[in-house]
Amino acid sequence: MSNQIFVVVEHLKGKIEDITFEMLGKGKEMADASGGELVAVLLGSGADGMAGQLGAAGKVIYVDDANLAEYNPQAYCKAVASVVEANSPKMVLIGNTSMGMDIAGGVSVDLNIPFVAYASGISNDGGTITSALYGGKMNVDSSPSGDSVIISVIAGSFPADAGRVDGSPSVETASADLSGLTIQFKQLIEPEGGDVDITQQEILISVGRGIQSDENLPLAEELAAKLGGAISCSRPIVDSKWLSKTRQVGKSGLKVKPKLYLALGISGAPEHIEGMKDADLIIAVNTDPKAPIFDYAHYGVVQDLFDFIPALSGKL
Amino acid sequence: MNIIVPIKQVPDLVEELEINSDGTDLDREWLKMKLNEFDDHALEEALLMKEDSGATVTTIALDGDDIDKALYAAAAKGADKLVKITGVSGNSTHEAAKAMANAIQGMEYDIIMTGVQSVDDRDGQLAVILAHYLGNSHVSVVTGVQASGGSVTVQKEYGGGMVAEFEASTPIVLGIQAARETPRYVPVAKVRRAQKSSTIEEVAAGDVGVDAGSSVSKMYKPDTGAGAEMIGGSAEDQANKIMELLSQKGIK
Ligand SMILES: Cc1cc2nc3c(=O)[nH]c(=O)nc-3n(C[C@H](O)[C@H](O)[C@H](O)COP(=O)(O)OP(=O)(O)OC[C@H]3O[C@@H](n4cnc5c(N)ncnc54)[C@H](O)[C@@H]3O)c2cc1C
Repeated sequence: MSNQIFVVVEHLKGKIEDITFEMLGKGKEMADASGGELVAVLLGSGADGMAGQLGAAGKVIYVDDANLAEYNPQAYCKAVASVVEANSPKMVLIGNTSMGMDIAGGVSVDLNIPFVAYASGISNDGGTITSALYGGKMNVDSSPSGDSVIISVIAGSFPADAGRVDGSPSVETASADLSGLTIQFKQLIEPEGGDVDITQQEILISVGRGIQSDENLPLAEELAAKLGGAISCSRPIVDSKWLSKTRQVGKSGLKVKPKLYLALGISGAPEHIEGMKDADLIIAVNTDPKAPIFDYAHYGVVQDLFDFIPALSGKL
Repeated sequence: MNIIVPIKQVPDLVEELEINSDGTDLDREWLKMKLNEFDDHALEEALLMKEDSGATVTTIALDGDDIDKALYAAAAKGADKLVKITGVSGNSTHEAAKAMANAIQGMEYDIIMTGVQSVDDRDGQLAVILAHYLGNSHVSVVTGVQASGGSVTVQKEYGGGMVAEFEASTPIVLGIQAARETPRYVPVAKVRRAQKSSTIEEVAAGDVGVDAGSSVSKMYKPDTGAGAEMIGGSAEDQANKIMELLSQKGIK
């Protein structure tokens, strides 16, 4: 086992995602504390130009392969496993993102390395990992039993700025056997534009499953109109087809940073928090005083939203 | 086409969660359990595919609290076969996945679809781990599946509403984020009828021999330190206070 900390670089359409810089920043802190080496693992085809943005790392291991031109769950899994196997790093950080969720568990099985998911904190010696579980209602601290561990990191857990360092780390090329792929990339489908761009709104009235039915949406819409804002929502509201995807805030929706984010009947699962925790003013209304959203809100109102909304609307 | 849908029960987060006496797990005695909501979506998508073009849907689960009820509910919704794996605790995803892989290895299948994640899968998501124990390919965060012949087209969601489309040959394991329709509801009376008319096949877990690979030292309620300033009183009082706040901040 080496003293290396690996960060798997996530990029889409030529742009490195924030999660990568968040992990690089944390990885650097840990490497500095333990005298280890921070290594960025970059996969792609003709993507080595990105290495210049990975200056937080001491070294970039780059796998160039036509099969990696676009993200492919199977190809990425194989390539990451191959690079990890060849180097035996003590820690591999992978985003707990749509892409990372394809990779981390697979590499864990293929190489028989412990995997700790949903990390929102890691001690600098790597010995204690905090996972956010039960929809953000519980934290669990655990310690890996072997010398190596794969950790999937929840986006937004560490500051990206610490890892956003330009530079010219040394680039070591590696190859991986990507023959026999049974998954092929077909196309990227861009999101449809919506009537309102919620990322540009200063006031968002955001509804969650607590709204109970689409018949109750006008209540929130009226409040939004009176406040001069727009309606946004949590994922289940979109899955129920009550509002369009363009209104969804969170991990698989949009990241918003309004002046006011009024969360009505939203529990505050980590996937939702990712999308709104940087709002200037967060007010949460929820019947459950233990709802995780209150850990992130500036002001909390324990109340039935069907009593609260009319009360507030009546004053506007 | 044969579709296998692994399901599991998870604590209902609407209920208060208590921590056990040694502070490392939930106090499970009074926990109210419910079907993992993403498994419900996986089952729904499988049933829709069955209705579209014909398929045999097998629902499979590890033995545990209330699992018979969950399996019968799946049958009431339209699942054809129910399988329960006995003799394994399933305390970690790796263990659960290995036990499932043992059971599934002897079965015929084209697609395995299960929930993209669950609220307690600390050592990772079932779909990908199961896929690798079986030596199958895998895609997670799937919001659309279209099967034809020996191949499937799957839509996988990234952030910001961006979707990637892949074509894959079967067998494949998919972590389902959302079915194309809201999962169907089934009345209790229908579940009771299913309980009488369907059987749960029991399969022994076989040699498992894997664990989470990490040990829990502490479970605790998160306290971000910041926390919200709580506004008490009646809805009227609270609305007044919020009005004050909005005017202070120049929002209204
Ligand atoms: C890969 C992946 C990506 C995801 N991406 C996103 C995403 O982008 N955005 C997102 O939001 N989720 C996302 N999720 C889903 C996420 O895990 C949660 O399931 C979701 O955020 C829960 O939404 P909710 O808070 O509306 O519902 P719930 O968690 O069910 O919460 C409802 C809340 O309403 C409260 N409530 C009930 N009745 C009332 C009432 N009358 N008055 C006031 N309060 C009431 C309850 O106490 C509860 O806290 C994702 C999940 C996965 C696996």
